[in-house]
Amino acid sequence: MSAVVAETPRPTTPQTAQAGPPLIEVRNLKMHFTVSGGVFSGRKSVQIKAVDDVSFTIARGETLGLVGESGCGKTTTGRCILRLEQPTAGEILFEGQNLCTMGREALNEKRERMQVIFQDPFSSLNPRMKVGDIIGEPMMVHGIYPKQAERERRVAELLALCGLNPKFMDRYPHEMSGGQRQRVGIARALSLNPTFIICDEAVSALDVSIQAQVINLLEDLRDQFNLSYLFIAHDLSVVRHLCHRVAVMYLGKLVELADSDELFANPLHPYTQALLNAVPIPDPEIEKQRAHHVMKGEIPSPINPPSGCVFHPRCPLAVESCKQAVPQLRELKPGHWVACPRV
Amino acid sequence: MPVLLEIENLRTQFDTSDGVVRAVDGIAYTVDEGETVGIVGESGCGKSVGALSVLRLIPDPPGRIASGSIRFGGKDLLTLSDAQIREVRGAQISMVFQEPMTSLNPVLTIGQQLCEAMELHLKLTPDKARERAIELLDMVGISEPGRRLLQYPHHLSGGMRQRVMIALALSCEPKLIIADEPTTALDVTIQAQILELMKDLTKRFGVALIIITHNLGVVARYADRVNVMYAGKIVESGTAADIYHRPMHPYTLGLLRSIPRMDRPRGERLIPIDGQPPDLTREIEGCAYRPRCSFAVERCARETPPLQTVASGHTSACFEVAQLQGLLKEAS
Repeated sequence: MSAVVAETPRPTTPQTAQAGPPLIEVRNLKMHFTVSGGVFSGRKSVQIKAVDDVSFTIARGETLGLVGESGCGKTTTGRCILRLEQPTAGEILFEGQNLCTMGREALNEKRERMQVIFQDPFSSLNPRMKVGDIIGEPMMVHGIYPKQAERERRVAELLALCGLNPKFMDRYPHEMSGGQRQRVGIARALSLNPTFIICDEAVSALDVSIQAQVINLLEDLRDQFNLSYLFIAHDLSVVRHLCHRVAVMYLGKLVELADSDELFANPLHPYTQALLNAVPIPDPEIEKQRAHHVMKGEIPSPINPPSGCVFHPRCPLAVESCKQAVPQLRELKPGHWVACPRV
Repeated sequence: MPVLLEIENLRTQFDTSDGVVRAVDGIAYTVDEGETVGIVGESGCGKSVGALSVLRLIPDPPGRIASGSIRFGGKDLLTLSDAQIREVRGAQISMVFQEPMTSLNPVLTIGQQLCEAMELHLKLTPDKARERAIELLDMVGISEPGRRLLQYPHHLSGGMRQRVMIALALSCEPKLIIADEPTTALDVTIQAQILELMKDLTKRFGVALIIITHNLGVVARYADRVNVMYAGKIVESGTAADIYHRPMHPYTLGLLRSIPRMDRPRGERLIPIDGQPPDLTREIEGCAYRPRCSFAVERCARETPPLQTVASGHTSACFEVAQLQGLLKEAS
């Protein structure tokens, strides 16, 4: 196997070793926002590079974790894939077709198979709609099960699939707990038989005991329907548990990408190392023995990011050249990509 | 170490349109001088209300402290007059809240907020207070402290604001700091910075710390002793090692099993706790955890298990401790 890998020409996009074309391929994605200055700053406008040259693939049935701290561009990347944002540059291939250049009708057809689950189950469900209508609405929009009776049967099926009593159809979101609401959000995402779901901090707002229930549900659904997930999260232990591969972002850049086991056992980028070190392990004995290297400084403003490698002001390995050259992703080991010249 | 804070039979209730919510339902614990006590539990278990009750910060109405005693420095805080409790708040016991944006006053500069408390409680002159404010900001790792004094909270990042909160909490040399989810709103690398800072400073000044969190990892790293709360009650209490390695309450065990851990092999399936926490407006008969508990026996439906000693310094509110002990023996 390793011989085969060595002979294949090096791909420009970090890929899985899996055979067959990827379900999603993101190539050199850039999303720059223009922010106009206030009245007092002379209305100078500045560019924020929310996502800057990000590339990755997701295979069928695969879960890719996207981690990083607030403002690193992980949610914007997800929004670009769904084309809720029109990317500044780059390509997003879904089943081999570029979503960025696609017309509205063609895009709508693709969107049937791409869904999203949001973080906050309180604000992502319409409080004035019954659960049955919330789950049924995407089917109405896309003309699936146009007859009401059929649709209701499907809604009941989806509720049961997500571990809810079909009677919940007639309830309103406020009559349910956070965990139950998140299950409704999942049922809605599944209503159109998607192949790809973006989970944007989908379990972050839930209490630990409920979080485990929802994580198990996401795992079961993935196995049952061969779903691909882009799992956007900041909780690294959840990401490690659920994801096959993990991509780490910092200030709009992809800094490391590897198989989950490899990334957590052998993080190469200094930022990934600091991130993993900062996660406390729920075991006092282990915590006593662990060396804690607290990373200095804060995430710089994306309005005025550092030159060269954006991580250099906080990096323990940084040298003079890091201030100039923007590091490119390199494949240090098969499948393990790092954007740091110092490792 | 001598006991600093002793809470007995504390009950805090809220009147709502759905009935009386028993947010804190008879808790008792102590905090020794210089000790760090972690209080863990999920949303609505009463961990924050229990801590706010210590400083009598419960909005009344709708809330009220229905019974109990909170002994601190030889006084029962619940019997003090409003003027007397104000002398305790901020001076002897201070708080660090979750959301530094809402807990700092947006229309006052950092300097005004820091100096106000010190002029009031420590009777410092404005010049002395300013001098000490600069020292404090420097101590919590804020650069250019002199300039920062003139800035407003919105000029600072979330991590910086939480550093200011810590400076504020330490400013009057308190004996106890209550930190309510101090790092929940922060990113993980900033969380680590803030927690390390709190640990260093509380150790340096011998300040006791009550840290309230839902994050079991944070508690493992920083707490000497841990209280686990469920539905308004403390269900288990012990040293961090007791709680994490010898859990003697099914809820604690359930929590530990339901979190994915970075130090365990990947791919192990999580064991969630089934069901939902109970509705606290209803009278709960027997053990509140019973409907979700796999160890429950018939007795659990009738009687409320009291917090009983299972080992030295380790208490649990469960009738079926023997089952858990057996399980533990099997595992080892």
